[in-house]
Amino acid sequence: MESVSFPLLSTLVFLPLLGVLVLLVVDRDNEPVQRWTALTVMGGCFGLALIVYAGFDATNVAYQFEEKIPWMPGLGMTYHLGVDGISLLLVMLTAFLGPLCVLACWSDIRYRLKEFLICLLLLQTGMLGVFVSLDLVLFYIFWEVMLIPMALLILIWGHPARRIYAAVKFFLYTMAGSVFMLVGILVLYFHHARTTGVASFDLVTLSGLNLPFSLQLWLFLAFGVAFAIKVPMFPFHTWLPDAHTEAPTVGSVVLAAVLLKMGTYGFLRFNLPLFPEASVFFMPVMVALALVGIIYGAFMCLVQEDLKRLIAFSSVSHLGFVILGLFSFTLQGMQGGVLQMINHGLSTGALFLLVGMLYERRHTRLIADFGGLSTPAPALTTFFMIATLASIGLPGLNGFVGEFLILLGTFRAKPVWAVLGATGVILAAWYMLWMFQRVFFGAVTHDENKRLRDLVPREIGVLVPVVGMIVWIGVAPTTFLEKSEPAVSHVLQKVRERVPTAEERPSAWMTACAAWEHIKGK
Amino acid sequence: MSVVTLLYECQGIFSALILSVTGILVLLLDAFSPLGRKGRLGAVAVTGTLLALALLRMDSAGSTYFQGMVVWDRFSVFLSGVLLLGSVLVIFLSLDQLRRTGLECGEYYALVLFATTGMILMVQAAHFIVLFLGLEIFSLAIYILVGLARHEKRANEAAVKYVLLGGFASGFLLYGLTFIYGATGSLSMNAIAAHLGKGETVFNPYLLLGSALVLVGFAFKLALVPFHLWTPDVYEGAPTPVTAYMAVGVKAAVFGALVRTFWVALPAVHAHWTLFFWALAAMTMTVGNLMALAQDSIKRMLAFSSVAHAGYLFMAVVADSQDALTALLVYLLAYTVMNVGAFGVLVTVQNRQESGERLEDVRGLGRRSPFLAACMALFLFSLAGIPPTAGFVGKFMVFSAAVQSGYTGLVIVAVINSVIAAYYYLRVVITIYKPGDESSEVFSEPMTATLSAGEKGALLGAGALTALVGVWPHAFWNLARQAVHVLF
Repeated sequence: MESVSFPLLSTLVFLPLLGVLVLLVVDRDNEPVQRWTALTVMGGCFGLALIVYAGFDATNVAYQFEEKIPWMPGLGMTYHLGVDGISLLLVMLTAFLGPLCVLACWSDIRYRLKEFLICLLLLQTGMLGVFVSLDLVLFYIFWEVMLIPMALLILIWGHPARRIYAAVKFFLYTMAGSVFMLVGILVLYFHHARTTGVASFDLVTLSGLNLPFSLQLWLFLAFGVAFAIKVPMFPFHTWLPDAHTEAPTVGSVVLAAVLLKMGTYGFLRFNLPLFPEASVFFMPVMVALALVGIIYGAFMCLVQEDLKRLIAFSSVSHLGFVILGLFSFTLQGMQGGVLQMINHGLSTGALFLLVGMLYERRHTRLIADFGGLSTPAPALTTFFMIATLASIGLPGLNGFVGEFLILLGTFRAKPVWAVLGATGVILAAWYMLWMFQRVFFGAVTHDENKRLRDLVPREIGVLVPVVGMIVWIGVAPTTFLEKSEPAVSHVLQKVRERVPTAEERPSAWMTACAAWEHIKGK
Repeated sequence: MSVVTLLYECQGIFSALILSVTGILVLLLDAFSPLGRKGRLGAVAVTGTLLALALLRMDSAGSTYFQGMVVWDRFSVFLSGVLLLGSVLVIFLSLDQLRRTGLECGEYYALVLFATTGMILMVQAAHFIVLFLGLEIFSLAIYILVGLARHEKRANEAAVKYVLLGGFASGFLLYGLTFIYGATGSLSMNAIAAHLGKGETVFNPYLLLGSALVLVGFAFKLALVPFHLWTPDVYEGAPTPVTAYMAVGVKAAVFGALVRTFWVALPAVHAHWTLFFWALAAMTMTVGNLMALAQDSIKRMLAFSSVAHAGYLFMAVVADSQDALTALLVYLLAYTVMNVGAFGVLVTVQNRQESGERLEDVRGLGRRSPFLAACMALFLFSLAGIPPTAGFVGKFMVFSAAVQSGYTGLVIVAVINSVIAAYYYLRVVITIYKPGDESSEVFSEPMTATLSAGEKGALLGAGALTALVGVWPHAFWNLARQAVHVLF
């Protein structure tokens, strides 16, 4: 693809940093200016993302809007950015949520607003950077950089009770995973340098490699542990409920909507295309963990008393679906997985926003403290209902399309998995609707809830775009699916080039054995 | 030797000369400066050091002086630069601290200058006698600096410990040198290398014993496990700026000498020690990190963390390649700026508080002084190796070189250690940003206004370099690469 003369992606990624600089000089007490600065910058980011989206050629499988500048030529590091259909959707999601997050915390943050906004902007740079980096070191840097603002968000503005514990757990878990990825990156780099004589951290260059199976296995694990922790896949999920519950509303939104997607994105961007044989070999394990995550997460939701914790555990379940779709190795499943990443971002993001609004009013998140809220707060109830229904996959809303595609693809690969996965949908309907009933229906049991303020225009303004997207994806998913299709089928192609296709495969285990025999034969 | 030749030869030790002359000048001026006005001597010392830094030349491809006793090449220039930078930062940090603790005296600055002189001689040494001379010059100065607060029990104990163990280290080193001399008939690095021949590994019991003892001597000075036991007490007992200086300066100088010893003089025995090096590196970082984990005093924590960093640095020695040595130099530079910075914040906190060393003392620093808190967070994140900071670049390069040389196992030990380390660094950051108990707050007024110019300058300088090396590593990598080139 031709290099674009104007560095659109760099501008997009580093615009929030510019906002940080502006915020640094703004007077500490001048909170309106701080808010408007952050909102303008985030809005500008979204505008740039829209330009990228409009200019994106959906028929082209290659990376677009590429920028490539030598960064450390001696070591083969380049400053290489670019988007394909998969990253495009995630960039859009990130940029879309940015201004909404600023709006959502408009009156929520009572102290150190300036630092809060700075963290939010830094986070935005880190997340956008992760999705557009095509150099492994650059990717790693962005990946690690967003750890700090996120940890600070939990640490400083989190719920007082256990925020330190949650922040430390989040930080250490993620870091423990990513250092193994660093070793993996180095091993990959030197393998490439040794076999081809070219030293490069460039993803495009490295993806030309035909790695030996044994090395693939190790590298899959090294990269996989970083991504699995971030997703978070069972059994690496324990940081998530803590981090989500203790984080401030906007932190939870960003965490659920975007950060978790970095894990699934990593699998799709690195593990599948770079280590296809190892991916097939580990498929049974990944699928099993995904299914355990779906069902276990759902059962955990049933016993939660805290709304935020419930939504956090439902994320474990939903992200299990994404992994299931990606590792079904069918176009439908993988496309569904990609779409479900966006869907989860929107619907869970909306749920966290709504819970945050409830918390702002009542200073509690316990389900038992609510009940009958539909009478005093009908608008809140309506929005909450839409988000809930999207989350459980009601046809016509976004969740349905994603889950349907995933289950369809999985069914083609192996019907039993689809059946097991589908129990997650049933369980989701159970815990979500039950939660909804306890919170919003029935008589008002607590006196404080009788005078509950309904949504103010600002809050409605935050929620309407999200709900609009939820409906849009639900009604016309092709708009988005067609963007990601070439990239996804390219990844699938890379996996299938090396191993038998899903249709020909008698069973996952047999395929893995075949791959193993294939390697031993070499 | 005619006067003209002598003058010509002196350009080989130009930096060391400037420093020692400035040191003597400081001592002379000391007699004329009244108590309480000694800060001006610090200014003289800074001027001298900056002059030496400004006059460092990078053009030389390596010339030897004084009949091959000292060598002035890009390698020495790079390390001298790091050492001078470290001492400038440390002097800046000391100015206010000394006045406040009542330790202000001219000798302090002179001793720092003499120590730097010794260190520079050490990295310049092409002859083991000069190496030993350099080692003793800086050791003696630092023994005194450690015990400067002579009314403090802790400082006395530290000084005695350091003198005794430092004496042992010198003894080991000297004893090792005698074996090397016996085996090869010379103490000149080039002559030894010529005698042993390049390329093949030599097996000579005396030579091996000699190099082992030399390595032990270095290991003592570098505080490698199991020769590290003096570190926490000495680091804790010394005045904090001196601790910072010990942590960074001594490491840079001794690593420089170690590299020359094992690459220039004794490449023939290198292969014998690979396994031992491996174990030293792995033990050093693991023990250092585990001990740091258990500390309540930040100063002790940083002391143990510097042991751990010696382990990471030593990985580069294990990896044994041109890239590894380049990485070592970049890491040394990164380590110098971030560690001086971290100790520097501690110094400034200490200046305003009774002790300022315990974790509790920095509680709520984020509110009291956002500037100091942000600096500390930057330095600690850099020490933890989080991008885009100098610490990440250093670690990345060292790990990368080790993987390249096939030491992936050691790198895995190192990354696990990095996670352990992240915890205790993070703990300090958390404490800094944790709201304190408002009523018991002794220092509730902002501290920024009271930061002295020296402290501010040192912290800003160290912070800027930490960020610069992190974002733009290419320039520093190139400099280090050229520096290492002369050794191969």
